[in-house]
Amino acid sequence: MKKLISLFLPKDGKTIRTNRYMFLTCLFFVLLFFGLMGYLIRFMILDSDKIIASPYNRRTENLTQHVLRGKILSEDGQVLAESEIDEDGEEKRIYPHDRTYAHVVGYSSHGQSGLESAYNYDLLTSHMDLRTQLINGINGIKNPGDNIITTLDSRLQEAAYEALDDYQGAIVAIEPSTGKIRAMVSKPDYNPNTINEIWSEIIGDASSSVLLNRATLGLYPPGSTYKVITALEYVTEHLHSYRDFVYKCKGETVVNSVKIHCYKETEHGKETLEQAFAHSCNTAFVTLGCKLDKNNFIRLNHNLLFEQNIQFDLPFTRSRFKFTEKSEKSDLPQTVIGQGETLMTPLHNALIMCAIANDGIMMHPMLVDQITAADGTTVKKHNSRILMELEEKEAIPALKTMLEKAVTEGTASYLQDEDYTAAGKTGTAENEKEKPHSWFVGYSNVEKPDLVVCVVVENTGSGSDYAVPIAKDVFDAYYDHEEE
Amino acid sequence: MLHFISRGSNYILMLMCGIYALSSFTIFLPSSESAQKGRMDRQEAFVYVFHFICFLVLFLQTLNPKILLLYAGQVLFFRLMIAIYSRLYTDSSRVIMNHTCFLLAISFVMLARLSLEESIKQFAIVVVTDIICLLVPFIVKKAFWLNKLKWFYGILGLTFLCSVFVIGSTHNGSTNWISLGPVTLQPSEFVKITFIFFIAATLANPPGKRVMGVTILFAVAHVVVLVLEKDLGGALLFFVLFILLCFASTGRLIYILGGLAGGAGASVAAYYLFSHVRTRFQAWQNPWSDIDGKGYQITQSLFAIGTGGWFGMGLTQGRPSDIPIANSDFIFSAISEEFGLVFAIGILFVYLGIFVHFIMIAMDVEGKFYKLLAYGFSICFIMQVFLSVGGVTKFIPSTGVTLPLISYGGSSVCSTLIVFAIMQGIFMIAYIKPEEEEEGNDEETDISVPS
Repeated sequence: MKKLISLFLPKDGKTIRTNRYMFLTCLFFVLLFFGLMGYLIRFMILDSDKIIASPYNRRTENLTQHVLRGKILSEDGQVLAESEIDEDGEEKRIYPHDRTYAHVVGYSSHGQSGLESAYNYDLLTSHMDLRTQLINGINGIKNPGDNIITTLDSRLQEAAYEALDDYQGAIVAIEPSTGKIRAMVSKPDYNPNTINEIWSEIIGDASSSVLLNRATLGLYPPGSTYKVITALEYVTEHLHSYRDFVYKCKGETVVNSVKIHCYKETEHGKETLEQAFAHSCNTAFVTLGCKLDKNNFIRLNHNLLFEQNIQFDLPFTRSRFKFTEKSEKSDLPQTVIGQGETLMTPLHNALIMCAIANDGIMMHPMLVDQITAADGTTVKKHNSRILMELEEKEAIPALKTMLEKAVTEGTASYLQDEDYTAAGKTGTAENEKEKPHSWFVGYSNVEKPDLVVCVVVENTGSGSDYAVPIAKDVFDAYYDHEEE
Repeated sequence: MLHFISRGSNYILMLMCGIYALSSFTIFLPSSESAQKGRMDRQEAFVYVFHFICFLVLFLQTLNPKILLLYAGQVLFFRLMIAIYSRLYTDSSRVIMNHTCFLLAISFVMLARLSLEESIKQFAIVVVTDIICLLVPFIVKKAFWLNKLKWFYGILGLTFLCSVFVIGSTHNGSTNWISLGPVTLQPSEFVKITFIFFIAATLANPPGKRVMGVTILFAVAHVVVLVLEKDLGGALLFFVLFILLCFASTGRLIYILGGLAGGAGASVAAYYLFSHVRTRFQAWQNPWSDIDGKGYQITQSLFAIGTGGWFGMGLTQGRPSDIPIANSDFIFSAISEEFGLVFAIGILFVYLGIFVHFIMIAMDVEGKFYKLLAYGFSICFIMQVFLSVGGVTKFIPSTGVTLPLISYGGSSVCSTLIVFAIMQGIFMIAYIKPEEEEEGNDEETDISVPS
């Protein structure tokens, strides 16, 4: 260091004080520039990938001159989207499965959506070996872009697509131990192969929501599926005494001056917590919910990622939870049974069930497993990551028992007597329209959960009648598949 | 095919820029005269090779014969400039000369790629300015009375700066240009020079309280006029220059602290008073919330740098025309897009090399006037680079400053070339001292040394 400093000092050794100040400012600016360079390097390593994928970045148009847009594939190798060059030399994007993957895969003309948008830059980047690239370049042939291997399982996706039929709603299937999304369906839908023809019609019709991916963007009142959270908080607070809870349901009750009734005014009679959960008894849950520690209850909801943006490949709306310490007492009864102002996306509801199925650890939802070059070599592999870890782990076994009971003797009993075991919670969410939304969220193989399925069917009726049979179709497809 | 030539040549250019950037520091290492001469010759050769490869790519892309003419003209210009300079001023700094040529070569290439017409215009301005600048080192060396004209500098600068209120025109949101017949000028670019002369002349002999008071008033007036012209970068530049010159001259920390406090206060006031300051600040804070509006410039700039990646899209292979003002304020992003970030960082190192060289001149020259002058120009130069690059990369809020010697703009390149010529003059004063000058300067040195 001394040597370095002496480098800057006058050679005759006459040190002038001014020189020292000049040297100091010089050092300051050198450090400032190192800061700037460090910032640029950091930007390139950490942020640039995400930034340049923006649809506002028109530079990808240049890439299309030299690269043939890559394919999007399911994990089991089905082609979900690919580009072909027709006789006129025009490039055309083809979606072999028409509507089945519409919202996840998206479209790539008239702007972009879905994975086509999120991985636009990767699809237009070629990682073929340099020699092939060079030969193609010389011959004027476009290099094949990288392929996106999704985590989607084509059998589950197809089963889910069939199961939802002509209803409006969404289905999400996730592997809880990894966060891999196995199926994601939203309806009403559209055929991405015809996007150019139907575009003006869709855009012209303000009431049309066919482009909306309800699984990640649809906000629904969670209804009774929310009782999972209320029960989690209650068991945590009464770890040793929750079994002693007994309530006599008369079909309706008044708590905090709010009148609450059970679905169709059913009288459930005398019941334990497990029974109240299995039968989705509103009056029992309002009674126990209003005794919860408010602050802990609010904190649990925030820990469960309400009101928070969750990083995901597709646009993902944050779920709403408006209850605060300052809220009116009369807001609480509706909140604890999932009516009130709480709104959830189906994917978020599935993630919470994943956390329970996975013993308190919520994995990041993952839609892309890896990016490979056209010759099959891996360019980038995505790994499962933990998104959140519940502090309320001790309450999870009790909660699992309740979820199982809902299948063995409660509202989800349609899932009984299968080759596999299942657990879950139904929901019948009242909304401004006449008929309620039908929910189911649960998992299969209770010993070691394999798959979490979340179903929401808009404006149909009870969870037991509509959502559970649909979920069953998805579980069935999963185990049919396993046997082969 | 062209795509591959362009991309392939990029790796060679990147390597060359890296070696050149490294050489801009290794030249400071002590060595024999012949070794030093070898280094200088190699640097010069690099400039030619770099310039040649780039123009080859440009020519292959367009097959426009005008490009060949422009290339020939520029090579001739580099060669003649270096030859004339070393003849006329045998003791001039070849480091400054080489770096000037290197940065100008990048500028010529990038501007020719963006717009051939503008590139020719810029080249013409550079040639004319450089011919005029041949006189500058001579004046600096011979004119002892330069330090006696402080009030002249102050009044001249302020008047020139204020002229935009009478005959001004607006460019890119700032009213800081004047039109004199066919020529449009940006006065602040030239007032920078008179301002540094003004402050250096005032501080060279410890000023009395009254003189100091008036000087501060003048400095504040400069800054306020610039803010009113919406030239925020200019205002910040003048402000920092004044603070640092005062600090270096007296060594009193109060200038830095007072400056920081005053600067912070003024920034907050400006934020609430002027909507354009707010816009710039918000665009810096979160450009992504308004990509089509306020954040347009900075997001396009980041797209360019990000898409270019480490190694660049290749000359002519990017879309720098998507970036607003790509030829001037945002030229760093355009360079980074096509040549890659590694190359762009290499350029930053070259700028730093020039700055360190300038500071060394300031430390070595005797006579406080020259010392402060050289110091002022060093700070002015590096601050401009920092504001420009920091602004377009979202490191700091964008203030609309040009990149010295690279950005398109007659006033900017003209003033930078004058500054470089003045530094050549001071360099010669520092390292060769004709007898009569030595006496004149010693006196001042004694005064300026605090015991």
